[in-house]
Amino acid sequence: MPKITPKDLARIREKSRQSTTLREGAGRAKVTVHMGTCGIAAGARDIMSALMKEVESRDVKDVLVTTSGCAGLCSREPMITVELLDQPPIKYVDLTKEKMQKIFEDHVMNGNIVNEYALAVGSERAH
Amino acid sequence: MKPYRAELMVCAGTGCVSNGAFQVKDALENEIKERGLENEVRVVTTGCNGFCGVGPLLVVHPDGIFYQLLTTKDIPYLVEEHFLKGRPVQRLMYTPPEDKLPVPKMSEIEFFKHQMLIALRNRGIIDPENIEEYIARDGYTGLAKALNGMTPEEIIQTVKDSKLRGRGGAGFQTGVKWELTRKAKEKTKYIVCNADEGDPGAYMDRSILESDPHSILEGMIIGARAIGAQQGFIYIRHEYPLAMKRLLIAIDQAKEYGLLGDNIFDTGFSFDIQVHRGAGAFVCGEETALLSALEGQRGEPRPRPPYPVEHGLSGYPTNINNVETWANIPVIISRGAKWYAEIGTENSKGTKVFSLVGKINNTGLVEVPMGIKLRDIIYGIGGGIPDGKKFKAVQTGGPSGGCIPDSLIDLPIDYESLKEAGSMMGSGGMVVMDEDTCMVDVARYFLTFTCDESCGKCSPCRDGTKYLLDILTRITEGKGNMEDLDLLEGLSKVVKETALCGLGQTAPNPILTTMKYFRDEYESHIKDKKCPAKVCRQLNIYTIDEERCVTEGHGCGVCMRECPEKAITGEKKKAHKINQEICVKCGACYDVCRFGAVIVE
Repeated sequence: MPKITPKDLARIREKSRQSTTLREGAGRAKVTVHMGTCGIAAGARDIMSALMKEVESRDVKDVLVTTSGCAGLCSREPMITVELLDQPPIKYVDLTKEKMQKIFEDHVMNGNIVNEYALAVGSERAH
Repeated sequence: MKPYRAELMVCAGTGCVSNGAFQVKDALENEIKERGLENEVRVVTTGCNGFCGVGPLLVVHPDGIFYQLLTTKDIPYLVEEHFLKGRPVQRLMYTPPEDKLPVPKMSEIEFFKHQMLIALRNRGIIDPENIEEYIARDGYTGLAKALNGMTPEEIIQTVKDSKLRGRGGAGFQTGVKWELTRKAKEKTKYIVCNADEGDPGAYMDRSILESDPHSILEGMIIGARAIGAQQGFIYIRHEYPLAMKRLLIAIDQAKEYGLLGDNIFDTGFSFDIQVHRGAGAFVCGEETALLSALEGQRGEPRPRPPYPVEHGLSGYPTNINNVETWANIPVIISRGAKWYAEIGTENSKGTKVFSLVGKINNTGLVEVPMGIKLRDIIYGIGGGIPDGKKFKAVQTGGPSGGCIPDSLIDLPIDYESLKEAGSMMGSGGMVVMDEDTCMVDVARYFLTFTCDESCGKCSPCRDGTKYLLDILTRITEGKGNMEDLDLLEGLSKVVKETALCGLGQTAPNPILTTMKYFRDEYESHIKDKKCPAKVCRQLNIYTIDEERCVTEGHGCGVCMRECPEKAITGEKKKAHKINQEICVKCGACYDVCRFGAVIVE
């Protein structure tokens, strides 16, 4: 490691931004993969791998990926929920790797909801 | 850098480590591998999070879920439920006392919610052994600013304007001290970081060193530039192996990145830091004794003036600041003096880290703005006193400080208010005491400590603390008389005024404050030969509740077996009895009785 300059500080900060986003919990988008037993049986792990691959290959640093339990609609698994900052969450159902890639490209990256795979806008209320 | 969807921050401060944090970390890593999650979920070890009473603990990002009191047995279930299936595990979360529902998020737990982190800004958020994580959180930007855009005078002015005061105890203005050292005539100058934290119950310096060592290094490099020092020393106590290890790693990394050594940031400024391991003498926290120890002499203080800023290490001007003070510097430089000076009270700016220990529900390290009320620390952040007991007093400032009684619970905490109450800020220890604490015994405890740690160089401290301790011991044993109180008070004042260094000058404080606020307890020890809190066993009378002994304990006989003087007689299934003439009041019977049949009066 050669000596660093003040400019290198900014470079290192940028490199670690994905991790910083994660720890501050302040991403531009959040994708939740539903990982109940039903989801896993229907292939949610593959969806997760595909999703992580997208994040890595595109080098996106402001998207949070997380898991949650079964969303209650087990017959339509695998399922994900996409939330862009300040927008209502969208649930996508009956997913495959290819569908996941398209959703990532259109919705997560460009903000256009993929209507043909979407179940509904919004989440049921907790409590 | 490979992206992960979740990061598991395992607390690896000394508190959690001694409760098995590294075993928990290994179990987590194994289980994550087992489940094939190693490319999605990453385990990171961090420094102390501060909530030491509930360790080992784990914070899960991105959601900030807080898990506590973990054991390796919990890990397989936790990994499957939370990290695979996304269902946070409630039973491993924190539940506030007197509440049934757990609080999942760290940011919503009372203990964390009211804190304001400046010195501890990176605690639990970064891996202390990785310099890039520190840089990712704006580390070394203060240094870049100080070296590239500011003159040494401007740096000193910024620190003066921030009104930062020394966090080691006395509260001297840091910027003024820097200026005095800079203006001293000799060209060779030194700076020192005092990491010889020794107050019983205080561990904030250790925690900062363990969780964010680079913040100290950055603060010192900025200080060296401002003062014109070429060499720095960190005097750290031998009892802090983990802090030392992380500090040495941090120094190596800073050297590798060119942040320490020759020609830093190509500005022509060179500075190096050397770590000196202390041998465990409390007096070496006093600055002149620390310097003697650094020089290889006996760790004994010398008279001031001359102050170290003029005549310090090997006779050269030396600026000594405490760990927490150094940790504040980088943020003050990068965010500006104005921002810092807006926090706190008129004469005490910024925040202070306190270690909240003793009879308190939430034990740990808390950083709060100056001026916060004692009540908010004890009942808000601290969650009150365990087992529904009554709050009695809090000892601030360790053995050099004094106790603050219940009646002053609304006292705003800053340097002046604590001094006025007879105590001091000290390094920030807060030992909470409840109704079961005897204040005479507390004074005796602290005097045992200072008497033991007195270096013996000056007689007021060497003989004075010993004599004070003798009087206190006499009182706790029921052998005191009323003249002893005047003697205690008078002698305390003499020691305070005539001792050579801070150790002796402050040693009588616990006596003076307990006498001021709890004189009735001293009097009842002397006049009634009674200890109201029933702590001083020589003043207690132990008897057995005969009915309870039979109905609850069926005359189990455990007390009889345990009594070293064979003062207890009785048969199985029948009531036992204590012969008061033989009893030496050791209290062993009380300690072993599981049925509450031994009564203390």
